[in-house]
Amino acid sequence: MATRIQFENNCEVGVFSKLTNAYCLVAIGGSENFYSAFESELADVIPVVKTSIGGTRIIGRLCVGNKNGLLLPHTTTDQELQHLRNCLPDQVVVQRIDERLSALGNCVACNDHVALTHPDLDKATEELIADVLGVEVFRQTIAGNILVGSYCAITNRGGLVHPHTSIEDLDELSTLLQVPLVAGTVNRGSEVIAAGMTVNDWTAFCGSDTTATELSVIESVFKLREGQPAAIVDDMRKSLIDSYV
Amino acid sequence: MLPGSAAPAAGSGMFVPTQTVGTVLCCICGVAMQPNPANMCARCIRARVDITEGVPRHAAVVYCPDCTSYLQPPRSWLRAGPESPELMQILLRRLNRPLARLRVSLSAAEFVFSEPHSKRLRLKLRLRREVFNAVVLEQTHPVEFTVHDRLCDACARAQSNPDQWVAVVQLRQHVPHRRTFLYLEQLLLKHGQASLALRVAAAPGGLDFFFGSRSHAARLVDFLATVAPVQTQTAKQLVSHDTKSNVYNYKHTFSVEICPICREDLIALSPQVSRDLGGLGPIVLCIKVTNAIALLDPLTLRVHHLEEKKYRVYNFKAALTSKQLVEYIVLDIEHESPEITIDGSRYQLAYAQVARVSDFGKNDTMFTVRTHLGHLLNPGDLALGYDLYGANLNDDDMDTAMMRHSLPEVILVKKSFAKRPRTRRWKLKRLPMEEDAVNKAKGELEKRADEYEEFLRDLEHNSDIRFQIDLYKDEDYRSEMASTIGDDVPTVPIEELIEDLSLGDDEEEDEGGEGNQHADMVG
Repeated sequence: MATRIQFENNCEVGVFSKLTNAYCLVAIGGSENFYSAFESELADVIPVVKTSIGGTRIIGRLCVGNKNGLLLPHTTTDQELQHLRNCLPDQVVVQRIDERLSALGNCVACNDHVALTHPDLDKATEELIADVLGVEVFRQTIAGNILVGSYCAITNRGGLVHPHTSIEDLDELSTLLQVPLVAGTVNRGSEVIAAGMTVNDWTAFCGSDTTATELSVIESVFKLREGQPAAIVDDMRKSLIDSYV
Repeated sequence: MLPGSAAPAAGSGMFVPTQTVGTVLCCICGVAMQPNPANMCARCIRARVDITEGVPRHAAVVYCPDCTSYLQPPRSWLRAGPESPELMQILLRRLNRPLARLRVSLSAAEFVFSEPHSKRLRLKLRLRREVFNAVVLEQTHPVEFTVHDRLCDACARAQSNPDQWVAVVQLRQHVPHRRTFLYLEQLLLKHGQASLALRVAAAPGGLDFFFGSRSHAARLVDFLATVAPVQTQTAKQLVSHDTKSNVYNYKHTFSVEICPICREDLIALSPQVSRDLGGLGPIVLCIKVTNAIALLDPLTLRVHHLEEKKYRVYNFKAALTSKQLVEYIVLDIEHESPEITIDGSRYQLAYAQVARVSDFGKNDTMFTVRTHLGHLLNPGDLALGYDLYGANLNDDDMDTAMMRHSLPEVILVKKSFAKRPRTRRWKLKRLPMEEDAVNKAKGELEKRADEYEEFLRDLEHNSDIRFQIDLYKDEDYRSEMASTIGDDVPTVPIEELIEDLSLGDDEEEDEGGEGNQHADMVG
């Protein structure tokens, strides 16, 4: 199910949260509303962790992660790193990386198998991403934008990309990702997809400006209607790819 | 975009991947559309955003019905026709400020027809404005202007007192006839010089031109100085003043006096003047008046052009004027020298034997005189001349001349023709003129008509004068009347006439007139 929420009257919820299949990071806000919205949706399944990164609240844009691991920018303090290591499940590898482009969330978009990265990322970082997150890494752009992390949101079941993405690009990206993709918007026409929403295989949180049309696009492409936490199956994914490609 | 749009790069041999623009769903209504910066379909944007919000739908414009001009705030008045570009400019300037404030740009504007009596002007604007980031919307916006009638300052002043003039040109010539003014009137009409005059009034001995502005009057004075020998004096009277704002209102008077020497006048030069002019005269005829006076010695055919300033020095008077011309019959002509041309006019010295028409058949008084009209006169012709033999002269210079020289008894001036009342195929325009009380006196009207007839006859006989002014075709003229005119009487050739502009005439009627004219020419 997709939920519409707000962070302190701000609709860019993807900036202030990071949702994966194994954990959820939430920024420390003035009120508990934002946290409790995540808590009520996810508390039974995955840990919801309140944290800051480098003392800031824009955690969704600074870190990148999936069910295998979490990469943090070099600005992350030791306390924050320790706090996250403590709170996240043991099988999630938490790693701080020394990358010049510190807004990792903007530079990397990933699901549990594939990552799309900013073309200028370090070779070492690329290797770390592959090791820690356990993914194949592709240097890519989306509709001419190098900040691939900002302009798309992908899960193991689908992906939403920048509305200006051409059909050829969509083809290429979905071949790389092996999931169906759709060009679309969030937050009443905003093209910064990842900033306006955060999504995993069974649930999505969108900014409160998101319209019903956008919500229905999100729910259908990420298959949130039938999706339950338990129903993540690889064979199903295979059949999806067949039907799409 | 069509697949395979790699055409531009085809020549360079570079591979350019094709880019097909996909469709996204409109974030509001879910209709599939090409992505745009708002990611909203045009209809949803339009439904959500009114770019004309805050742009006025009604405005007022002030109009002066007298001079058909519109007020351009703060205080200038611009003349503009209905639905003219000038009017559009005036109206749009009223909207400029609200449009600029709302950051709306104007991409087109047109008039929507409205009845003039409705006192409304309607404009259809196309406004363009940026909504969201880089989404530009265009929308039509009707604006209705209410026209408020108000007289402009100049018209209000004119309305409250139509005679309010600022400058007057008093044109005067102290001669007993009005021929000069009839001619000047035609000149002014031809050059449009008097069109700015508020009114023209006939005054004793001349004309008064009243103007709303001093410069208009000065323009007329300048013009007069180029066409007539005039002397100008100016005066001004303070009407009101405001020392605090340094505003002074004057009434200006230009007193323009034309030399009292006219064409065909006979002048007796004093010995001193005659000597100054190189022994000219002493009996001379004035043959032409422009801004200089051309004097002809009829006995020697010498011509002297006397400028106005020079004239003021000598300041002679005419001894005899065209009123005193006497009709003679030419009995015999004996050419003395071949025909010569001076200043484009032809003369031939001859001895003419003439007798007064009044004496003809009563006595045998005959005169043998020298004349400059040898080329015109034939035995049996009538000629007009000054009768020095019988004239009662009251002129010191003439007396001196008579004592010192042996003067001819007659100075012939021009050939004359039988004076028959006749119709003309041409007419002149007239200035609308107010008559003063003296001119309305009894008998004055007939005198005026005679003078005018004389002037018209002069025009027919003298192509030099005709050349200076505009003659118009008379549409009422009928060709059958023409047959009564004798062959020897000079008429105005049809090619010198101008077709008058008449509005509201039928096409067919005009064509009929044309036909008549052609018939004339053939006849």
